[in-house]
Amino acid sequence: MTPRVERLLHDGLLIAAADSVRAGKAAVIVEGQPHTYAELLRDALRLAAAMRERGVRRGDRVAIYMDNTWPCVVSIYAALIAGGVFLIVNPQTKADKLAFILEDSGAKLLLSDGHLSKEFRAALGQMRQPPAVICSGAINDATDAEAFDAVLAASSPAAPETSTIPLDLAALIYTSGSTGNPKGVMQTHQAMVFTTGSLIEYLRLDASEKILCALPLAFDYGLYQLLMSVKLGATLVLERSFTFPAQVFARMHETGVTVFPGVPTVFAMLLAAHGRSALSFPSVTRVTNTAAALPDEFATRLREVFPNALIYKMYGLTECKRVAYLEPELIDAKPGSVGKAIPGTEVFLLSPEGNDVAPGETGILHVRGPHVMAGYWNRPDLSAEMLKPGRLPGERVLCTQDHFRMDADGFLYFVGRSDDIIKTRGEKVSPAEVENVIHGIEGVREVAVVGVADSLLGQAIRAFVVPVAGADINEKRIRAECAARLENFMVPRDIVFCADLPKTATGKVSKKALLENPPAGVEA
Amino acid sequence: MSSDTSQIRSGIRAYILENLLFTSDDAELADDASLLDRGIVDSTGVLEIVMYLEEQFAIKVKDSDMLPENFDSVNNMVRFVSRATAAQ
Repeated sequence: MTPRVERLLHDGLLIAAADSVRAGKAAVIVEGQPHTYAELLRDALRLAAAMRERGVRRGDRVAIYMDNTWPCVVSIYAALIAGGVFLIVNPQTKADKLAFILEDSGAKLLLSDGHLSKEFRAALGQMRQPPAVICSGAINDATDAEAFDAVLAASSPAAPETSTIPLDLAALIYTSGSTGNPKGVMQTHQAMVFTTGSLIEYLRLDASEKILCALPLAFDYGLYQLLMSVKLGATLVLERSFTFPAQVFARMHETGVTVFPGVPTVFAMLLAAHGRSALSFPSVTRVTNTAAALPDEFATRLREVFPNALIYKMYGLTECKRVAYLEPELIDAKPGSVGKAIPGTEVFLLSPEGNDVAPGETGILHVRGPHVMAGYWNRPDLSAEMLKPGRLPGERVLCTQDHFRMDADGFLYFVGRSDDIIKTRGEKVSPAEVENVIHGIEGVREVAVVGVADSLLGQAIRAFVVPVAGADINEKRIRAECAARLENFMVPRDIVFCADLPKTATGKVSKKALLENPPAGVEA
Repeated sequence: MSSDTSQIRSGIRAYILENLLFTSDDAELADDASLLDRGIVDSTGVLEIVMYLEEQFAIKVKDSDMLPENFDSVNNMVRFVSRATAAQ
């Protein structure tokens, strides 16, 4: 049953668990608790059998709405082994959006945690054909959800689905879209196996690594820490989040973490803590940053905290996972750059008319390689905007819609986005999604949401709200509604009441004018 | 429960209800509920709470105190603050 060639995303696990040395090695250390490769394969095979008993067939979607836990890791591999397509939903997601994602993906099965039951129960209540539910942890309320541990205990390991081929989908990765609803990025086994290998290559990783993951597994940056680690037969040190930094730091020392992936907000917190009381992680040999640009001065100070680490600045988007990285030795020679295309891929800049762009001039970044998505699930219209015909018959090139310039040596520099997506704490936020929630509140006439520069968050979310005359509306009610319906990072930091919003000639709200010349705030 | 403890408790509860749950409904917050599990706090939420506690109770929270056993529930915070004020 052990594959001789790694073609499918779960093959790495089958290979590691069949190796007499690696089988007994810790695959994942979850909040201090180690689990071996043999254990991961055994539980994944059992859960896969249970998934098949519950109707999951080749190509069926399996939704995982869980925290960074052991059951979450098992569920990812079980879904793949069962022939299914996994999708991970951020555990901060609220009921309405969860229901949308479950409906959109047509998930046959939902795996979740007991403490998330309030939200998933409300989501399932909105659906005409809710999926079956397997739930880890305590199930308090009367429910037909099955307990994760009991399902595993009652199931015997099944052989992996053999009909899956590398062109089949392995995952849908939902990402915020400028239209408001999230879109499911379709990734095949072949693409994800390729991408995992490419990342491992340029990060110069091997089987001895201990890779930290305190980023959500729902975020592709977090997910790939797991995929890289399993492919290498290395160890993933999985933490729930960076919420309690002292806990993460203690675990890093205890386990001897070698790879530290973060986003600028995490590094800002880390450096602030370092400023109060010196931190040092000599075991770390690689530090990576993506999701938003790492300020150049951070890199210098990070060397104090990570004295033995190479620092990688990277850039990517979910639609191809990662685009570019800067060789760490060039960090001082190429300030502000995110480097060149990742191994096995290429990038080029085109003008809006599709012509080549001279060095130093701004163009739209295009990406070519096996890592490019197969499209957005159920959305051929949106797929067509991002995937353009390539040079070879049938080939599709990713048009990122992001503006870049390239210097004479071929190094990339981010210039700006062409949409109004906000990047806060490394997360993508669709202003339309926040606007839809605020607009739904009684007493709100108009709303516009923008991102404003913030040293800790990258961008902070600011909502301009025009109340209906005489309406009983206040900041607290708006915050309460946002917190009930949106992930925490989407709740606006600032709420500004104003009498009117600036408009373009066609009557649309001008976000540009809002940023350059904000309307005076008024008392609501 | 000493009157000090009950004052600390009611202050912490009021702060979380008002600023993180945006409600005045006391039933929304159980004293032993994990704020992480409930999705009430994330990294910036914890920092806000810590700033409130430092200011309100004149205590100093060290980075190394930023652990779930000190801040992941109302009970844990009450215990932490009571200890910190007693030590002063």
